[in-house]
Amino acid sequence: MTPIYLDNNATTACDPAVVAAMLPFFTEHYGNASSIHSFGAQVGHALKEARGRVQRLLGAAHDSEIVFTSCGTESDSTAILSALKAYPERRAIITTVVEHPAILTLCDQLEKEGVVVHRLRVDRRGRIDLDEYQALLSERVAIVSAMWANNETGTLFPVEEMAEMAHQRGILFHTDAVQAVGKLPIDLKTTRIDMLSCSGHKLHAPKGIGVLYVRRNTRFRPLLRGGHQERGRRAGTENSAAIVGLGVACELAQQHLETESTTLKRLRDRLERGILARVGNAFVNGDTLYRLPNTASIAFEFVEGEGILLLLNQQGIAASSGSACTSGSLEPSHVMRAMGIPYTAAHGTIRFSLSRYNTEDEVERVIAALPPIIAQLRSLSPYWQGDAPAAGPGLSFEPAYA
Amino acid sequence: MWDYSEKVREHFFNPRNAGPLAGANGVGDVGSIRCGDALRLMLRVDPETEIIEAAHFQTFGCGSAIASSSALTEIIKRKTLDEALKVSNQDIADYLDGLPPEKMHCSVMGREALQAAVANYRGEVWRDEHEEGDLVCKCFAIDAAMIERTIRDNRLQTMSDVTNYTKAGGGCSACHEKIEDILIAVNGRLPPAEPQRQIAKTAPAAAPVKPRLSNYQRIRKIEETLEALRPALQRDHGDVTLVEVDGKRIFVALSGACQGCQMEAATIGGIQQKLVEVLGELVQVLPAAALARD
Repeated sequence: MTPIYLDNNATTACDPAVVAAMLPFFTEHYGNASSIHSFGAQVGHALKEARGRVQRLLGAAHDSEIVFTSCGTESDSTAILSALKAYPERRAIITTVVEHPAILTLCDQLEKEGVVVHRLRVDRRGRIDLDEYQALLSERVAIVSAMWANNETGTLFPVEEMAEMAHQRGILFHTDAVQAVGKLPIDLKTTRIDMLSCSGHKLHAPKGIGVLYVRRNTRFRPLLRGGHQERGRRAGTENSAAIVGLGVACELAQQHLETESTTLKRLRDRLERGILARVGNAFVNGDTLYRLPNTASIAFEFVEGEGILLLLNQQGIAASSGSACTSGSLEPSHVMRAMGIPYTAAHGTIRFSLSRYNTEDEVERVIAALPPIIAQLRSLSPYWQGDAPAAGPGLSFEPAYA
Repeated sequence: MWDYSEKVREHFFNPRNAGPLAGANGVGDVGSIRCGDALRLMLRVDPETEIIEAAHFQTFGCGSAIASSSALTEIIKRKTLDEALKVSNQDIADYLDGLPPEKMHCSVMGREALQAAVANYRGEVWRDEHEEGDLVCKCFAIDAAMIERTIRDNRLQTMSDVTNYTKAGGGCSACHEKIEDILIAVNGRLPPAEPQRQIAKTAPAAAPVKPRLSNYQRIRKIEETLEALRPALQRDHGDVTLVEVDGKRIFVALSGACQGCQMEAATIGGIQQKLVEVLGELVQVLPAAALARD
């Protein structure tokens, strides 16, 4: 039984063409790009080519706007900390409650250090209120940071519009686009986005490589100082193999961009409809009209996500849960809570995230595998009776302590 | 992702005694949907002998919650109520060959469901004193609520106070920032500065001058100190014995759960600190294995 990987928002398989392109940079092309000799020059040229490929995928005006980092988290931290350092008189940040922990945990820490953090709330579908946003834009704000696509539900924020609104008030705009790059067409030169984070391993490049796009003329302060690499904006010897791999991955992503919104979307929709037609008391989370083409977040009521994942895993199917049970926290995911999803459903949320490697057969296998798994776990659940939620006097389950 | 024992996995995939129990005369419902764990334990008790004839469960929760419930029903079957009540959450975890620290609360929930079901059978009202927060110290499975309460009750001031009272932070030390945040939140101010390196506390200059001990007295003192430390280790299913004293080097054998435990180095460090205090001289405590290498 071949395994089925539907956890591509967590990480993706490195494309074989990416691996092939990287290998020489572990062996014969080991030079330091900064060196004068030919060992260095070979690598230097390869980095330039890769930078150009990233530039094209992002639609950046200049290749010098691409700064290579170690990961999406580093890009996020660099962007926010840079804005606070570059505008010391501005001590506030606007972000959203559903950001990735790379942003939220940093903001929590900055708040302790005296920075004012405004976190935009979302509605039941995961959408923000642009009026609330507009009202928060002021000369005290150093930077706005809003994710392009939500990692758990795939819901998109109107970042181009938000960037325009920030720009009109003279405020920097950053977007964590780790989940969006390679899945959606992006053309940064036609937007007012000042900074954008992306991560290699979400688009079939290796782990350990990230990008921060910094628009020309954006006031910038580096996180890491110590060398002239990346024009002094990110010191440290370049991870040349990974950068070359990312370049190839970006070119491949560009070639497949159209299939993301056609083939992949069709597979995702088939998966969603197939599951919902066979499993009752289940629903899709997020903004179904405005979301990534590859992500399906489905809440199965009255069961807990980890059990579903363990049973799926037994059948070789890899997905992830919206519950934070495995991370040591007892609360369900902050995204589900922010959307007001009831606890009985939030704990049973499963995220299926597809990639261009997934097939129709795989989707059919998952549709067939899931209903018995949910039925098995519901038969163990005190919230379930027979084939319906337990209800009525003496039947409904209200355990001690909350 | 999951560091579950074979036994946990087996009980999750093939749960024993799952589903409603006909003729149940003791039912305990515990847990909370907010926390993502809830358990109904159903007992059929023989009123004559008070022997549990059958025990069934229904659980909403993660893999280890289901496995812990299944294990609980197997452990208490055919026990009398009084015997069953002696089952601790550690017994449930042991039966499953251990649970990851993040999941120990699953075994606690099992134990509470048992108390609730017995109380229900006896017509008593069971009161929960359960309080649980985010897991802070992963090495010793100590949560925020426990740390907060201990700081408040004992007016703790420093990071090392918290470690001494709760063990939290005594291992890998990755949680020290979180613990300091709790100290600030409870005490409303920064914890007083501690020496940057713990070793400074035990530097010989700081120790009072003690009369020189004879070899016999010295070894007796070492033995007495180890003896005093043993109950704490035994509580964690471990033990320590003295193997050899070679000048400043003291060799000990750790056994039981201490052996090969990720905390072995921390345990030996703790023993060393204690011995340095008691003997008033700098000594080095080494595992017996180091003696073999000499």
